[in-house]
Formats: sequence, structure tokens, C-alpha cells
Amino acid sequence: MSRGSFTSVALAVGRRNVHNYFTNPAMIIPGLLFPLFFFTAFAGGLSRVDSVPGFDYEAGYTAFVYGFVLLQASAFGGIFTGFSIARDFESGFSRRLMLAAPRRSGIIAGYWIAALTRAMFNIALITVVALIAGLEIAGGGLDLVGLYALALIVNAAAMLFGSGIAMRLRTMQAGPAMQVPMFLFLFLAPVWVPYDLLVGWVHAAATVNPITLVLEASRGFIAGDPTKVLPAFAATLGLAAVTILWARGGLRSAERAA
Amino acid sequence: MSRSTLALQVGMLARRSVVRTFRQPAMVVPALLFPLLLLSINSSGLDSATRLPGFPTDSYFQFALAIAFVQGALFSANSAGTNVSSDVETGFLNRLSLTPLRRIALLLGQLAGILALGLIQAVTFLGVGLVFGEGIAAGVAGALVIVALSLVISLGFGCIGAFVALRTGSGEAVQGIFPLLFAALFLSSMSLPRNLIETDWFQTVADWNPVSYMLEGIRSLVITGWDGEALALGFACAGGVAVIALAATSAALRTRMARA
Repeated sequence: MSRGSFTSVALAVGRRNVHNYFTNPAMIIPGLLFPLFFFTAFAGGLSRVDSVPGFDYEAGYTAFVYGFVLLQASAFGGIFTGFSIARDFESGFSRRLMLAAPRRSGIIAGYWIAALTRAMFNIALITVVALIAGLEIAGGGLDLVGLYALALIVNAAAMLFGSGIAMRLRTMQAGPAMQVPMFLFLFLAPVWVPYDLLVGWVHAAATVNPITLVLEASRGFIAGDPTKVLPAFAATLGLAAVTILWARGGLRSAERAA
Repeated sequence: MSRSTLALQVGMLARRSVVRTFRQPAMVVPALLFPLLLLSINSSGLDSATRLPGFPTDSYFQFALAIAFVQGALFSANSAGTNVSSDVETGFLNRLSLTPLRRIALLLGQLAGILALGLIQAVTFLGVGLVFGEGIAAGVAGALVIVALSLVISLGFGCIGAFVALRTGSGEAVQGIFPLLFAALFLSSMSLPRNLIETDWFQTVADWNPVSYMLEGIRSLVITGWDGEALALGFACAGGVAVIALAATSAALRTRMARA
């Protein structure tokens, strides 16, 4: 089977999902609304927290929160693409797609194109809101490349995780099974304060959560003071590798059911 | 129609509403679990905020406990709205409109399930607060007042959910208001006391947001003991929302029954 058939399947699935996304406000709003809520509530309501003794982030609380919200928006772009996959299975579209696609791995690649587009759209809007709210990015061009590359790898891992679940369960009722683990992954990390200021079980969870590394590296890029870059990229690429296997397993499960 | 007949109608519909609510684990479990999860994560993640000068307690858990009650009430809006929209979609309300059932009986009966869920939430959150926190500063009587205030808040949010369901007849529309109610919680004194909020516009929004006063009413009983002003404001805001939402729901029900 040619590489061209993989690309044509991926582009067709990607184009359809991107079109559906931009023509349906009900799909745009949830992925945008929650990161915006969090940004507004944390950057506005919690900004005083940066004067707590031991809070040592020079770029300010708005930048600190932006680092988290950026990852959240990227991850949501991936997870909500998982919802679209589940919806396609419920409507019977995916069954027809399975029969028609010469290379089915192109289907996952197509959904990844859609997830990437969603993430870039979410990131662009949230960045504009953050800049209006006073975000100052001290990092240079290379830092920004690192920052957004990390966010987009997280987006791919979230999409692959969601697609693995959607292709195994093939129902919209699988939504919480995608959303809740993602929520826990994101929030059991230094969301509001630096890692050293966390206490209790969240501190213990953040110690083993790879998102902690990603958050710290992202905030380092924003502040122009890169930190834990290699461990963060290793962690996100590791997550992406594991979720590729998870998504491939899901695809096989869907093929058996088709 | 006699008073006993009205009581019978309310009783039958209330029983149906309560049974229906508790037969749906998907409605009850998240309404208990998510507020507790957020409480647990918040209290560990933001404990260092208690080191800010002027923070009212040295335990963020004590401060955040009030959030669980209000967040739980937000789930009431979802539950009430979903149940009422299901009654509209399945034609149950249409069939009831052909009977001599009084509108007030239907309204009170529908809200009984929400109040039952609200009671279980309040008792659960209080229990968790007592086990993992430092107790309720206002004592046993204060705990009872917390339950009462929590029920009024649940009633208010539940009526908002029922109102949207009656106006639109759509479960999706009910789901759509959930983020808006969530925003009301986020744009309040949820994470820090209002006097410690640094951002001017946020403080102004929190000052005008009734959810701030609901939180502060419960928080005062947990942290400081009996604070008449905080309690009066808490009950006034929760009661005000409940009365307005109840009146709107009643009007929406009249319109819906007339259409049937």
C-alpha cells in the first residue's frame, strides 16, 4: 500500500474534522471556555499568591498561570477530538470510513491534524487574551519554539489517549473516561504555586507526574530562563510514544468490531 | 381543591422526583465526588496562600470547605434541569396538564429531588469537613445553619436549571448553562478572601457576585463562628436567587402547561 494512500486518508479525515470544528460553535466553545475560565479566575483572583514567601517566579503570576492554561488548552484540543471520534462511531460514520480507507492508520493521523488545528486555534485565542490581561513573555524566539512545541506534543498525546478510548468504547458516554484522567493529570501538578510550595498528597502526586516537568519547563521558557528542558521533552515524547501504542490498540479493536 | 389533596399531590410527585434522582448514579456520584476532589486538590495546592498577611485561617482546607457546598449546588441545577427537560421531552408534562393537578404541586414535587440531593451533599461535605478539618467554629448549631443555607443555595440553582429546562424543553440547553454557573463560582471570592484579591476588576466582579456572599456565609460559620452580617448577606443572596428563580420557574411552567 502506498504512502500516498496514508496521506490522502489523513488529509481527508483531517479536513472533514477541521471543517466540522469551525462550523459548529458547540464544538469550539467548551475547549476554549474552560481554559479561559481558569485563566481569568487564577490570574485575576489569585494574583496575590505571588507574594507568598518562597514564590520565586520572576515573570509574574499572569505568566505563571499562562504556562498552565496553555497546556490545558492544548490538552483539551486533543481530548475533545477524542469526543469527535466517539461521535463518529455513534453516527456510523467511522464504520463506513473503516471500510473505505485503504490505510486505516491514516485515520488516526487525520484526527491528529484536527487536534493540532484545534490546539493552535485555542492557543492563539488564549494568548491574545493573556496579552491583553498583561502577560509579559521574557523568553526569546527559541524559548517560544520550545514552549509551543511542548504544548503541541501534549496535545498529540491527549488526542492519542482520547482516540484509544473512543475507538475501544465507540460511544459518547466514554467522555468522562477521557476527561477525568486528563483533568487529574493536569491538576495534580504545580498549578497555582511552584512545586516547592505544594503540600500533602498533591505534592507527592506532583513528584511523579510528568506534567510537573512540562509545566516547569514551560514556565522557564516564558520567563526566559529555560529549566528542565531535556527531562520535559523526554517525558512528553515518552507520553506520546505510549499513547501511540494505546491508539493503535484502539484502532485494532475498532477494526475487529467493524 | 382541599389542602389535603394538594399535600397528596406534592407528596406523590416529590416521591417520584426523589426516587428518580437517586436511581441515577450518574447524577448523584459526580455531585458528591467532584466537589470533594476539587476540595482535596485545592487544599493541598493552595495551602501556602494561608501565609498571606490577613488570611483568615491557617488551614486552606477550612477556607475551601465552603466551595464544596456551592459547587455541589451547581450540580443541583444540572440535575433539576435534566429531570425537568426529560419530563418535557417524554411528554410527561403534557399528560399531567390534562389532569386536575395544581401547578404549585408540580413545582414543589419536582424540586423535592433536588432538596434531597442537596441534603445528602451538605451532610457528606460537613462530615468530610469534620473528619479532615478543624471542626466547625460555630458548633453544632452552626452546622445546622450551614445545612439550611446550603439547601437554600441548592434550591436557587435547582430552580435556575428547571427554569431553563421549562423554557427550552431541551437537555442540551441545560448542559449549556452549566459553564455559565461555573463561571459565577470562579468569578467570586472562591480562592481568596475579597480583601486579598489584588486585581481591581476581579475584586469588583466578586463584590457584585452573589456567590461570594453565599461562600462567605458558610465560611464564616466554619472559620470565625457567628458573624451576623456574613450570615445575613449569605441568606439574603441565596434566598434572593431562590425567590427570583422560583418565580421565573413558576411562570415558565404556566406557559409550558398552557402550550401542552
